[in-house]
Amino acid sequence: MALRELSSLEKYLELKKPNKYSTQGDKKVPVLQSNNGAPQVGLVTIACYLVKEAKRSELLGNSAESRAVVQQWLEYRVTRLNGCAKDDVKTILKELNLYLQDITYLAGKQFTLADILMYYGIHPLIVDLTVLEKEQHVNVTRWFDHIQHYPGIRRHLPPVAVLRNRIYTSGH
Amino acid sequence: MASNGQIRLFVSEGNPQCLKVLAALEETGVQCGVQCVNHEERVVPFLSRPALPALLLPSGLHIFSSNAICQYLFEVKGQESNQLCNQWLEWEATELQPALLQALHMAVVQGKSSDVFNILQASLNYLDQGLSKQSLPYLTGEAISVADVVLSAALYPFLSDSSLALGEYKSLKAWFDHVAARHSFQSAAQKVLQGKGLQGMKSYMQRQPLPQSSVCRDSQPTNNGTPAECDEGERMVSEEEMEAAALTWCKGLNSSPLVKERQHPILPQEDKKNILVTSALPYVNNVPHLGNIIGCVLSADVFSRYGRLRGWNLLYVCGTDEYGTATENKAREEGLTPQQICDKYHAVHASIYKWFQIDFDFFGRTTTEKQTEIAQDIFWRLNKHGFLVEDTVEQLRCESCQRFLADRFVEGICPFCNYAEARGDQCDKCGRLINAVELREPQCKVCRQTPNIRSSKHLFLDLPKLETQLEQWLDKSTSTGDWTANAKQITRSWLRDGLKPRCITRDLHWGTPVPHPDFKEKVFYVWFDAPIGYLSITANYTDQWQKWWKNPHQVELYNFMAKDNVPFHSVVFPCSLLGAQDNYTLVNHLVATEYLNYEDTKFSKSRGVGVFGDMAKDTGIPSDVWRFYLLYVRPEGQDSAFSWADMALKNNSELLNNLGNFINRAGMFVTRFFEGCVPAMELLQEDKKLLAMVSWELQQYIQLMDKVRIRDGLKHILNISRHGNQYIQVNEPWKKIKGGETDRQRAGTVTGVSVNIACLLSVMLSPYMPTVSQTIRDQLNAPQSCISTMFQGTGTFVCSLSAGHRIGTVSPLFQKLEVDQIEALKKRFGGQQPEDEPPKKKVLSNLCVCVCARWCCCVK
Repeated sequence: MALRELSSLEKYLELKKPNKYSTQGDKKVPVLQSNNGAPQVGLVTIACYLVKEAKRSELLGNSAESRAVVQQWLEYRVTRLNGCAKDDVKTILKELNLYLQDITYLAGKQFTLADILMYYGIHPLIVDLTVLEKEQHVNVTRWFDHIQHYPGIRRHLPPVAVLRNRIYTSGH
Repeated sequence: MASNGQIRLFVSEGNPQCLKVLAALEETGVQCGVQCVNHEERVVPFLSRPALPALLLPSGLHIFSSNAICQYLFEVKGQESNQLCNQWLEWEATELQPALLQALHMAVVQGKSSDVFNILQASLNYLDQGLSKQSLPYLTGEAISVADVVLSAALYPFLSDSSLALGEYKSLKAWFDHVAARHSFQSAAQKVLQGKGLQGMKSYMQRQPLPQSSVCRDSQPTNNGTPAECDEGERMVSEEEMEAAALTWCKGLNSSPLVKERQHPILPQEDKKNILVTSALPYVNNVPHLGNIIGCVLSADVFSRYGRLRGWNLLYVCGTDEYGTATENKAREEGLTPQQICDKYHAVHASIYKWFQIDFDFFGRTTTEKQTEIAQDIFWRLNKHGFLVEDTVEQLRCESCQRFLADRFVEGICPFCNYAEARGDQCDKCGRLINAVELREPQCKVCRQTPNIRSSKHLFLDLPKLETQLEQWLDKSTSTGDWTANAKQITRSWLRDGLKPRCITRDLHWGTPVPHPDFKEKVFYVWFDAPIGYLSITANYTDQWQKWWKNPHQVELYNFMAKDNVPFHSVVFPCSLLGAQDNYTLVNHLVATEYLNYEDTKFSKSRGVGVFGDMAKDTGIPSDVWRFYLLYVRPEGQDSAFSWADMALKNNSELLNNLGNFINRAGMFVTRFFEGCVPAMELLQEDKKLLAMVSWELQQYIQLMDKVRIRDGLKHILNISRHGNQYIQVNEPWKKIKGGETDRQRAGTVTGVSVNIACLLSVMLSPYMPTVSQTIRDQLNAPQSCISTMFQGTGTFVCSLSAGHRIGTVSPLFQKLEVDQIEALKKRFGGQQPEDEPPKKKVLSNLCVCVCARWCCCVK
């Protein structure tokens, strides 16, 4: 799965030559054997490497603050979402929903690599949600819908229908 | 709220992740405020579990990943992490951390240090190989980098402990010794571990969910929202803990100091912890529902009772909020004067709270002379300091009634959906908010004449001018006090949207008159007036009220409310007081609940859905049981629901079978087997273990209650009786009493220990179920000094019923709630609306749907 993500990312970044990947260990951690020097190990590490190769480092954040935020959500993606237990799904959706309630992207106003990898990682969770659950996590759903329609991102993943509700301002 | 460009780092003692960031901070020398908080502190509002360390950036964003924090600190210092660095950090987060957590759990919580090496072996191997492949002193080169700091700090707790042999890992050992010898590490380790090594992390590790790879199922207490169902598994109890618990047990009761009888008026005292507690003032013209009761008065009552037992000098005031449109309306509806309406409903409120055993020190009302005096004083002070501005507002005026019409006194055709009976603030059909002047064919609700649009001059409180001052105060209050997460969040979002001037006057009769000659005939708008009620109610209690309200140095103020009331207590009212510049006591701890739903729908008076305060006593269920269940489902941290079936279940399983069963058995054994006298106790290891477990639960309870985590506190009471039941079940005193000398002595010890735990339970229950608590102590004939003894310090479980103590008559404490009884109640309160109710009436009663929503409506 990580390998398909990386190849989708390569396409989005418009990298000319596709890289060859292998995996290591039980968890199938991706490895990139580059020509010059040591192999790159780990999804986040390789993704950051690709972004730099494509000279798109704004995708890693354009200030020390936003770079820290991006790294944090990349870490969240690989530590919390990868192989998460059923019980965790609710917690993750709840946390993201709360976090996204007043921002557009994970790093605030700017689209970053964190959105891309989080989108790839959360896709299987969103696919399984019922209509009601999607409504309960309206901020995550909104963000997800936005990212899946972001030009060039969706690639290997099927689109998920997101119900649109008219949202009333709730006055007592 | 971190507006002044400062970075703030939150850490907690004994948390291994904090070692990393503190070392990185020392290493980089970045300027940053460090604040040490409790493990349970939820610094990052959107995460479900408390996450520490956390870094609050000047932009208001939180970084909760320790690695990202370290990367950030290094980057600020000018060292951006390179590709190799990132790779090590990713490995640390995904591979090393899970292994470390499991190893820490083994070593610290379960006490099996021997397994640690096996768990860590693969990771240590990998790291050693990585280091030996390149012959460099550090992971990424000749100089220390963020990767070195993060990895060696992560490993520090184990590698600095000589018991883990690193003999074969030469490169790893050399690298670690080199990095860990740095001053930054020594200093960070001292702060986090306090020289206690692995044991320094014990209290932290005990609060962590079990690592996933271990055998137990994941017991993370996140979503179901009820406390007692999520047991934390068997906690390991160490030898030292058992000995300490046994030692405390032997100390016996304090001879002094007793919790003194309250003497009114209660006033702040020099050498005391002076606590002022308020609960949001319930609006007078309606009967409060269960959601109102748990959100404000009951929560504040439990905390106040707890505080008094802790020996704090505490004053709890509340009262009815009586001015405003809704009262005028209700008066017209019932054919009474507003004053008569207030008198009538004030009495209704008072009697409901009395039935619920809400122990106010004073329950007052806002329609008093003191209210006028204090509100006008604050008004003149605001005026004098230039915080009031004038503006013109367009309003509807009915000439035949000779008055301006509040939004709710107008009806007309909805400009959006053409519904004929739209109200002046909202259309009941399409739900849209309406500005009263936009209604087509508006009618005065009283005389049915057509009102005219007239402009009227009003006064506004200049909030933008007070914003900086407010933010400075908020920064301090929210970081030093116990504000609930929702309170902080709601406040932050108000500030982020920017403050606007708010109108403080209204064209009404029933209110506090505006004293300014240019605004005669006007009264203060309720949102300005009502919170001043806290002060005036205190002033009606004692003429020395200023000792509470103008004394921020001696007094700590707690405000209890439901979340819709937060902005008025955190932004608007503080602005009034700050602007008045008279050294007012401002809120230190803002405690807001989420909403309580009724059987998964909303409480609604107009639809007849839900249980209202005056009906609770007609159910035949005792007040204490109501209190217990409401506190058990207290919407603490998330919405929760009242459900009849669940109430019956909790009554039968927790109160009857768990708590009541244990206390009753313990007492019955003393009566039956030992002629009513507590037998001699010879503590064995097993008994000491129980004492240690019970002491731990007591200490958790005290910690949580100090932080106003009322629902979570209850969980630990129920845990204790569960331990107790298990203890009796295993030891079978009813069999041993028939055995030989040793067996009979054993039966005596088990009975004696159990009945003492029952006494402790009565003390811990006291804030929640005052009547039951006193009944237990009466049955056990327990000395009153047991309360102050057990609640002192961090919680002290002593033997308060010593051998030879004669107990009273023991009888069952709780009754079973039967299925048919509950079904009948459910039907009765379910919300079937009488078919023949005329629609007209429905609209009218809609006016007063929700007590707590009122201050909310007034600003929209």
